[in-house]
Amino acid sequence: MAVATRTDGLPTPRESRKRPGSGFELWSWLFMRISGIVLLFLAVGHVLIMHVMEEGVERVDFNFVAERWGSPFWRTWDWMMLTLALLHGINGVRVVVQDYVRSPGGRIAWNSVFVIVGFALFVLGTIIVFTFDPAAFRM
Amino acid sequence: MAKRSAEFGTLYKGSLTGQLSWIAHRVTGVGVLLFLFAHIVDTALVGWGPEAYNKVVGVYHHPIIQILEIGLVGAVIYHALNGIRIMIMDFWPRSVLHHTKLVGATVFLFLASMAPITYIMGRRVLERLF
Repeated sequence: MAVATRTDGLPTPRESRKRPGSGFELWSWLFMRISGIVLLFLAVGHVLIMHVMEEGVERVDFNFVAERWGSPFWRTWDWMMLTLALLHGINGVRVVVQDYVRSPGGRIAWNSVFVIVGFALFVLGTIIVFTFDPAAFRM
Repeated sequence: MAKRSAEFGTLYKGSLTGQLSWIAHRVTGVGVLLFLFAHIVDTALVGWGPEAYNKVVGVYHHPIIQILEIGLVGAVIYHALNGIRIMIMDFWPRSVLHHTKLVGATVFLFLASMAPITYIMGRRVLERLF
């Protein structure tokens, strides 16, 4: 069935976006599902532990983090969550940009902002998660 | 109907519940991402010592911020539950025939989990205020 392809990538009005069959968009689609499943445990678990249980965020201070990151388990959890949440979020916002920003230059500009900010925060978060040493601040 | 399914398969063609779920997924997703940006920076401040970290994290102990925090938890939980619904529909295409029921189940699970969470977190805000 021949349909005229519109510039926004949707074949006809009111037709749903086709599931990508190959290439980057297929891997992107698959990544969103796999990272989503992992984040179901990491992010929802994090939110319940840190914001709902015990005194929630009121118990969080420097000593709390120092004790928590004394365990490699939580450092690994937090680093995996940092990495997957950033990749999942920035890939998600890429699709949002595709929907609302029509000019190719505008898309590159918006996507660049999110990718650059995301990468900088990934580097910052990774350095802190793996190098933080509370002993450095004890007299 | 038969012709249509021969051409398109069981294709979701839109509905109000679907549209609202879609926009809610989008809004909660972007909202959580923007908070994530701020949260990475505030957490990274542990690397600058107790004085800097405790000062900034103290912002999260303010009652108005704690009310917004309930919204953040709700956004994460909604996005998670709705994400499960999307995956069910992706990997089991015939489930789109029960699309409205799936949205109903998502909303029900969201409200059922947010009721106790709002109570637990809301009580802390009230205790801090009075």
